[in-house]
Amino acid sequence: MEEHVKLPGARIVLECIKREGVDIIFGLPGGAVLPIYDALYDFEGLRHILVRQEAAAGHAAEGYARATGKVGVCLVTSGPACTNLVTALQDAMMDSIPIVAFTGQVPTHLIGNDAFQEADNVGITRSATKHNFLVKDGKDLGPIIREAFHIAITGRPGPVHVDLPKDILVKEAELIWPEKVTMRSYNPNYEGHAGQIKRAAKAMLRAKKPVLYVGGGVISSNAHAELRELAELTQIPVTTTLMGLGAFPSEHPLSLEMLGMHGTYYANMAVHHSDVLVAVGARFDDRVTGRVDAFAPHAEIIHIDIDPSSISKNIKVDVPIVGDCRRVLRALVEAVREETNAGSDGQEARRPWHAQIAEWRKTQPLRYEWSDDVIKPQYVIQEISNATRGEAMIVTGVGQHQMWAAQYYKFTHPRAWFTSGGLGTMGYGLPAAMGVQAAHPGRQVINIDGDGSFAMNSQELATCFVEKLPVKTVIINNSGHGMVRQWQRIIFKERYCAIDLPGIPDWVKLAEAYGCVGLRVTKPSEVVPAIEKMLSTPAPVILDVCVDKDECVFPMVPAGGANTDMILAPPTREVRDRAEKSQTGF
Amino acid sequence: MNGTEPRKHTISVLVENKFGVLSRVAGLFSARGYNIESLSVGETLDPTVSRMTLVVGGDEFVIEQVMKQLHKLIDVIKVNDLTDESHVERELMLIRVNAEPQHREEILRTADIFRAKVVDVTQVSFVLEATGDEGKLEGLVELLRPMGIQEIVRTGKVAISRGSKTRVRKAEPAKRPRVSDDPRVVGFAD
Repeated sequence: MEEHVKLPGARIVLECIKREGVDIIFGLPGGAVLPIYDALYDFEGLRHILVRQEAAAGHAAEGYARATGKVGVCLVTSGPACTNLVTALQDAMMDSIPIVAFTGQVPTHLIGNDAFQEADNVGITRSATKHNFLVKDGKDLGPIIREAFHIAITGRPGPVHVDLPKDILVKEAELIWPEKVTMRSYNPNYEGHAGQIKRAAKAMLRAKKPVLYVGGGVISSNAHAELRELAELTQIPVTTTLMGLGAFPSEHPLSLEMLGMHGTYYANMAVHHSDVLVAVGARFDDRVTGRVDAFAPHAEIIHIDIDPSSISKNIKVDVPIVGDCRRVLRALVEAVREETNAGSDGQEARRPWHAQIAEWRKTQPLRYEWSDDVIKPQYVIQEISNATRGEAMIVTGVGQHQMWAAQYYKFTHPRAWFTSGGLGTMGYGLPAAMGVQAAHPGRQVINIDGDGSFAMNSQELATCFVEKLPVKTVIINNSGHGMVRQWQRIIFKERYCAIDLPGIPDWVKLAEAYGCVGLRVTKPSEVVPAIEKMLSTPAPVILDVCVDKDECVFPMVPAGGANTDMILAPPTREVRDRAEKSQTGF
Repeated sequence: MNGTEPRKHTISVLVENKFGVLSRVAGLFSARGYNIESLSVGETLDPTVSRMTLVVGGDEFVIEQVMKQLHKLIDVIKVNDLTDESHVERELMLIRVNAEPQHREEILRTADIFRAKVVDVTQVSFVLEATGDEGKLEGLVELLRPMGIQEIVRTGKVAISRGSKTRVRKAEPAKRPRVSDDPRVVGFAD
């Protein structure tokens, strides 16, 4: 649709963003994007949240996208701003989060001249995005932005980057807004193959030891209801990946909780001994599979994924189904019903399997040793879970605290868990939490972070204060890089190196310096009152919880080990030797 | 995963003729550690579309991933593995070879047998231009090697499938504007 309206490029950009249904953008101004900020001055209908570092704009957009199911948008300037943003783009790439990132660029006549704050933005972000664009003509702005949003949210979602030279933003151009996006080179397949779905249904009913292995794809395609229906209909136990937490209620009788490197004993054992493994929106990441030749060695593998290149990438798949998780699961439920009507539902033959899983669950539950003197980190997570009844939006950084949060928080809903899974970006927590809070002002947003991870983006406390985003941060403070410490302890013979963060900064004072509320607890008896106080404070809060620094995350599968090589307790000499043998690297 | 024996595959890729596409394809190979043996690019009948011909080594699983990853690139329209279907492959080679008086006759005879052309002559050298599949070009190189090859330049393979497939799309005058008229498109050299 051509409207024959001429507007400055900057205005076209804002108009297009608004038309895509976006209400909040996260950004930080600078030379090359000043025309956009000038247009923003009196532009109505877009809230701009000023972050303190560009990566935070990207992570906030990720949090917003994951919380709402819409595309998250960030806007930063050229050169260093774009290079700062790269981490967030790659993060969104690996976790399939739909964001559109706008960066400024030097005027077209200066591109390639090593101009001030110039970088080859599209060259740099090419491998960190699903797609990227450099706009070279004002009349292309509308069509390109339209395509950018379309690419970000369709198929396997991901980040798209649009680079905007300054002269394009200044010059007037026609606003062209195509009603519909059609691209001959990009047509994702949503419907699963009917024959394959039937094969999968038969295999699931025939199975004696089936498991559903569920990833973030179920959340991004809003397929949680279909998943639950299928699991309950077939009585197949469900394990989720780190990204899939919340897709299935943690406390459902069929839930095995998380699998993989720090997954539960019963999830890993069930997957290992399964005869049919149904992977839904998951990608057989190395943190899930451990040693691939020892992963689910007896299973016929069914893999449902929107991205054909995920299928048979790491593990050979027997029944591949390319399609949208929600549509395929819906079809699978119907196919299972049809097959069940035609014959037995096979439930009787699966009794021993459920009994076996119950046995694993009983002998090796998630557990830790209680202490009256020092706070156990797992306990803190349990109490947060209790205090919020699993209803809070939980965001994390990366490290031990992330794994404890994944293990001990009882998830009830999808789109309530935000973590950097694929890239493992320390510092993700606070900015992502800002995005979640901005999207849902009335919800309780809790960033469970580590002292190492939180420090990487703590400057965003200023954004929380100024923009009135009452994010609650719980620092699981073990005075060091705990996960690195754990690896050095278990695998590198306690040769501790470069892991100490001895009590600096004082998080309470830091919170206060940023106008936020700071709390600290050092004794187990103080934890519950402090959590209650934190939750009832209407401002951003940092709760500094000084925990047992020797605590490790268990179970743990050493990298390169098989999932059945789980270490379940603090290591003895023998365990350490075993870990060393199976270690093949990070 | 256990694949089949590694072998060379000829993969034909139709892409949007936009700047940056070549680097997307090349970047994919370097980022994922695939081994690319040759790559050639040219415009097709439709000037908004280019064809890349890739020769890639790998077992069945590697090639399957290469095909899927190529297809995943937003600007890729179509990916086709020509290896196991009926197709013609050609490569152009330029060879500068020593041409001492006692060898000149033999070089010309050899060139004749391989239907290679002499495109430059000096007192002491010839430049030959030869076209063919890999086996033919290798054969020519082997025969010329004893005379002393100074330099070889090869284009990389291009390939086209045989038979009806190539006739499905009739040649038609380009309706779209020329690539050079589109300010967004500056070709692959950009």
